[in-house]
Amino acid sequence: MESLEQIKIRLEAAVPGAKLEILPNESPSGQHSLLLDNAHAVALARFLRDDAQLRFDYCSNMTGVDWPDTEITSKVKVKKVIDGVEKEVDEVTKTARPGFLEGVYHLYSMAMKHGPLILRLRTGNRKDQVQLPSFTPVWRSCEFQEREVYDLFGVVFDGHPDLRRILMWDEFRDHPMRKDYSEPDDYEYEPTPHDDVLEKSKRHQAAKGTL
Amino acid sequence: MIEEGLKNELAKQGVVLTTLQELYNWGRGNSVWPLSFGLACCAIEMMAASMAKWDIARFGSEVFRPSPRQADLMIVAGTVTKKMAPQVVRLYNQMPEPKYVIAMGACAISGGPFKQGYNVLKGIDRLLPVDIHIPGCPPRPEALLHALITLQKKIEIEALTGPNRPRHLDADAPSEFPVPQFGEHDIVPAMNPLLWKPTQVVR
Repeated sequence: MESLEQIKIRLEAAVPGAKLEILPNESPSGQHSLLLDNAHAVALARFLRDDAQLRFDYCSNMTGVDWPDTEITSKVKVKKVIDGVEKEVDEVTKTARPGFLEGVYHLYSMAMKHGPLILRLRTGNRKDQVQLPSFTPVWRSCEFQEREVYDLFGVVFDGHPDLRRILMWDEFRDHPMRKDYSEPDDYEYEPTPHDDVLEKSKRHQAAKGTL
Repeated sequence: MIEEGLKNELAKQGVVLTTLQELYNWGRGNSVWPLSFGLACCAIEMMAASMAKWDIARFGSEVFRPSPRQADLMIVAGTVTKKMAPQVVRLYNQMPEPKYVIAMGACAISGGPFKQGYNVLKGIDRLLPVDIHIPGCPPRPEALLHALITLQKKIEIEALTGPNRPRHLDADAPSEFPVPQFGEHDIVPAMNPLLWKPTQVVR
């Protein structure tokens, strides 16, 4: 398989105006991914499927990630003169990053026997701009998994033929896999609660006054 | 009521005495027909119990009925999700009296490993009157057979008259239970207060 950089260059040539970014993965697996811009995503996906060298004909997995609002701290070593002596000091900069929802696609090629290629799509925010383009018209296997991400994360897939909840019931209003989901307070007595369950029991005790 | 000792003596002489209650309970206790439905992996053990190696037919329960109208026993075999709970209660309501419920496995009796989750019922006894609970994840077929024999013993000693008579002979006792509705955050109601109350911890 071509390297991610080569694929990126070819995609940019094939779809004019497309903005792509390689997101590095620092973990030992080193599976870097390609961030697509939402406006050109479907055209890029069609190219990945139909190109003679790539032929990614199988989307094995589609999942979601919730990234809440967060502060990114980065440390830079700066040389400073303190009391006449030059010292290396860590300078900490904090930048606020607004939250977003992410769709992650794992592509393989059955014909060329290569893969995976990991694609990411990001929504504008977590509240009102939660639309992503659907890849179901490109890969049929995305259909149920996009429905699942819609159900559990609340991502709305434009162009999906049948966007309904798949695991929870239709009347359900929440998105349980979001980091800020709070489940109904139905805690029941546990003899030895610990960790998350202990927190839950304390919350329940505070709300109801009983265990 | 005839004395046990006299009854045994007469039986030695070839005279068999019984009561209508004993005959009736003996008959229905040995032909408990389960409803053929499973919810998760416990159902695989339930199927194994009906196969040649364990052979639930030895105890008269081999006739798994595909219709609730013909079933006497509901084996709740597996995880009851909140999405499935109304259907389980509706199936129970469609069964004719007398009817019994076995909750099979950790999920059916308590929610099991999913108890702290958001989409699994914390035990079917919140919505249905459970007669026998079987722990295990999943319980072995022997455990299901043990539950069935325990249920048969329970049926055998049921008094057909008097204040403790079974539900199907008591016109005032309920034979149907409310089917929960899908709410915006949870099923409504999440439990039936007539059947189950939260544990009160006294410290």
